[in-house]
Amino acid sequence: MRIKQLLIGMTASVIAVSSYIEMAVADLKFPMLVYRTGAYAPNGIPNADGFVDYYKMINARDGGIGGEKIFHPECETGYKTQVGVECYEKNKKDAMVFQPMSTGITYQLIPKATADGVSIYSTGYGRTSAANGKVFKWVFNAPVTYWDGASIAVRHILKQNLGNIKGKKIALVYHNSAYGKEPIRTLETLAKKHGYKLMLLPVDHPGQEQKATWLKIRKARPNYVLMWGWGVMNQVAIKSAASIKFPMENFIGIWWSGSENDVLPAGQGAHGYKSLTFNAPGTDYQVHKDIKKYVHDKGEASGDGSHFGTVLYNRGLFQAMVQVEAATVAQKIHGTSKITPAMYRDGFENVNLTAKRLEELGFKDFAPPFKITCENHGGSGLAAVQQWDAKAKKWNMITEYMYGDSDVVQKLIAEDSSKYAAEQKIAERCN
Amino acid sequence: MIYKETGQYKSSYKSDHAIFPLLQDKIAFSTLMFIAFLIIPFVINSYWEKAILVPFLIFSLAAIGLNILTGYCGQVSLGTGGFMAVGAFSTYKIMTYFPDMNIMIIILISGLITAAVGIIFGLPSLRIKGFYLAVATLASQFFLVWLFNKVPWFYNYSDTGQITVSERTMFGIPVTGAEAPSYATYLFCLVLVVVLSFAAKNLIRSKMGRSWMAIRDMDIAAEIIGVPPLKTKLSAFAISSFYIGVAGALYFAVFLGAIEVTESFDIMTISFPVLFMIIIGGLGSMLGSFLGAAFVVTLPIGLKFLMVDMVGLSAVTAKHFEITIWGLLMIVFLIVEPHGLARLWSIAKEKLRRWPFPY
Repeated sequence: MRIKQLLIGMTASVIAVSSYIEMAVADLKFPMLVYRTGAYAPNGIPNADGFVDYYKMINARDGGIGGEKIFHPECETGYKTQVGVECYEKNKKDAMVFQPMSTGITYQLIPKATADGVSIYSTGYGRTSAANGKVFKWVFNAPVTYWDGASIAVRHILKQNLGNIKGKKIALVYHNSAYGKEPIRTLETLAKKHGYKLMLLPVDHPGQEQKATWLKIRKARPNYVLMWGWGVMNQVAIKSAASIKFPMENFIGIWWSGSENDVLPAGQGAHGYKSLTFNAPGTDYQVHKDIKKYVHDKGEASGDGSHFGTVLYNRGLFQAMVQVEAATVAQKIHGTSKITPAMYRDGFENVNLTAKRLEELGFKDFAPPFKITCENHGGSGLAAVQQWDAKAKKWNMITEYMYGDSDVVQKLIAEDSSKYAAEQKIAERCN
Repeated sequence: MIYKETGQYKSSYKSDHAIFPLLQDKIAFSTLMFIAFLIIPFVINSYWEKAILVPFLIFSLAAIGLNILTGYCGQVSLGTGGFMAVGAFSTYKIMTYFPDMNIMIIILISGLITAAVGIIFGLPSLRIKGFYLAVATLASQFFLVWLFNKVPWFYNYSDTGQITVSERTMFGIPVTGAEAPSYATYLFCLVLVVVLSFAAKNLIRSKMGRSWMAIRDMDIAAEIIGVPPLKTKLSAFAISSFYIGVAGALYFAVFLGAIEVTESFDIMTISFPVLFMIIIGGLGSMLGSFLGAAFVVTLPIGLKFLMVDMVGLSAVTAKHFEITIWGLLMIVFLIVEPHGLARLWSIAKEKLRRWPFPY
């Protein structure tokens, strides 16, 4: 009896496996490493939803990219490096590009993807010096890097103080990981240049425990607090800042610390909190209308559809748009719709998102135009400051898009990337 | 019928003390080694390497290490992640200081360094036992991870605190770095695991292993009959840490290639899973270490394959199921078979011996 059941079970599973193998994929593959579980899920979910909705919209509206449907298998990483590696290995065959959405996984995948010939697009995160396309052939981090971000935040503070911040105290509250440590060197270099004092306050993963951090801030009373946080850490930090009555307009987060999920738990206390951003929030863009029409109204929204138009959802749209645009460019360059991962990389290196092109894609005034070249994989380096209005529950852009301190940043990028090139014995390209 | 030992006479002490006294076991083991050394290297691809086989081998080694300490010597430890970090960072530092040194030697030296660290953190075990010792080793976990994150010397003052492996070769074939072929990394780990497992198995059968077990079963009685607790406990800590250190070195150099200490050696990524491995596999069993490692490494991947690729659930739903199933299995195991998979195997062997005529 038992043996019979076992046999039936085995036959069933063999049939299932063979049907799985038959499910051949001929489309353009954009694997997604997402995290809808774990301590970083509050930020991971809206972002992943943006991605999926954009891909679905392109498939429904245009029938894919140049007639090739987008295939976007999801792999849940939980923000864990080891799982990220498994997901990468599983999906790397014929994959166009990976978007790890985690600085740790990006560092992990840079050498692997370079060896395998797969592009990595870390939109405004990951290894900053990957902006140097001469060394990092397969890695793109446009439109803006952490070091740009750090210097833009300092520039904003400079503007508010009429250009003089000598003797002021700036604290950096950061996720104690590769991600959070990225801006430190830039901020230290800028501290020498502008004469401010830098206070470093690491917060350990996952970031729920910040009592000591904010006690220190209450004692040392820094004039400004910058934050490199992600996931639960953002919410806790903003709540803690509110509870010690730190002036919110002097609290500036990086673009990953400025979504609705981060400020809403603090209620009115979060009013006036600022963050950097490289894309606009809201739903007043053509792309949102198309998504509404082709995806949401058909009941095919990713997740529960409740994140439509939030900061991170919109960022997901932006990231997906750049990835799709790279495929379009690649198809144009190589004159074929069936592009290979190598062709796709060529396309990525020639992405030129002008204001006109952004308008065509339905992203008018959504983000500043930028361009990727062989030397520069880091894009424009433009970001703006947005401020949270807790009464209206919305983000308002309060500055123009501005550049960072490119003298400082470019020098640091050259230093770091040449160090990497020497370690890994990489010859510079683009000469 | 299958496990019939009738007719297999032992005519010398040597054959009586063999690791695999039964002919059936010898055949099974030789077949396994044949497959592992001569078939898998030719069919392995990077997915099997990076997602299943290499992590399985590395975690087996870590599980053996912890099993020596916890399963054989009875000293509960939650510091596995910290000790693996010692192995990883030693490898990194030696690699950067001595660029020409052979990777195998680097990894073994890293193991020795970890053993030394293990002895230091094993000192409290002379005074405290059980839960209290678990807490003391937990302190080592947090302290070591904090140390490697705090002191920039350990990561050569890199901006991000990440350490990255550079390419090293064995017989001209790269075994570390992104260019290393799948079969090379696999064989490299396999050789270390096989050699070290045999060493561990024989250590356990030696005087040292017997004194560990004496301490485990009743330390006061052991002391009275002349087992020195200081030497015994510290040797268990040293040897256990050596294995865990080698596992950590492989985890960094061969498996991941780039590591961030807070994330990769977190208590939830290493220490608890390795403890689960030996609990699920079987405390005080070599086979259990392997079975436990295989179970913990492949279960999430297997469940994901089943739920996402075959049934077609979304990745996130599958993940939620996975977490639930994982928790349930832990409880079921502890209730139904607290001695782990190794015990299940020995029951199966008993049954196979009488099959098909049970009485």
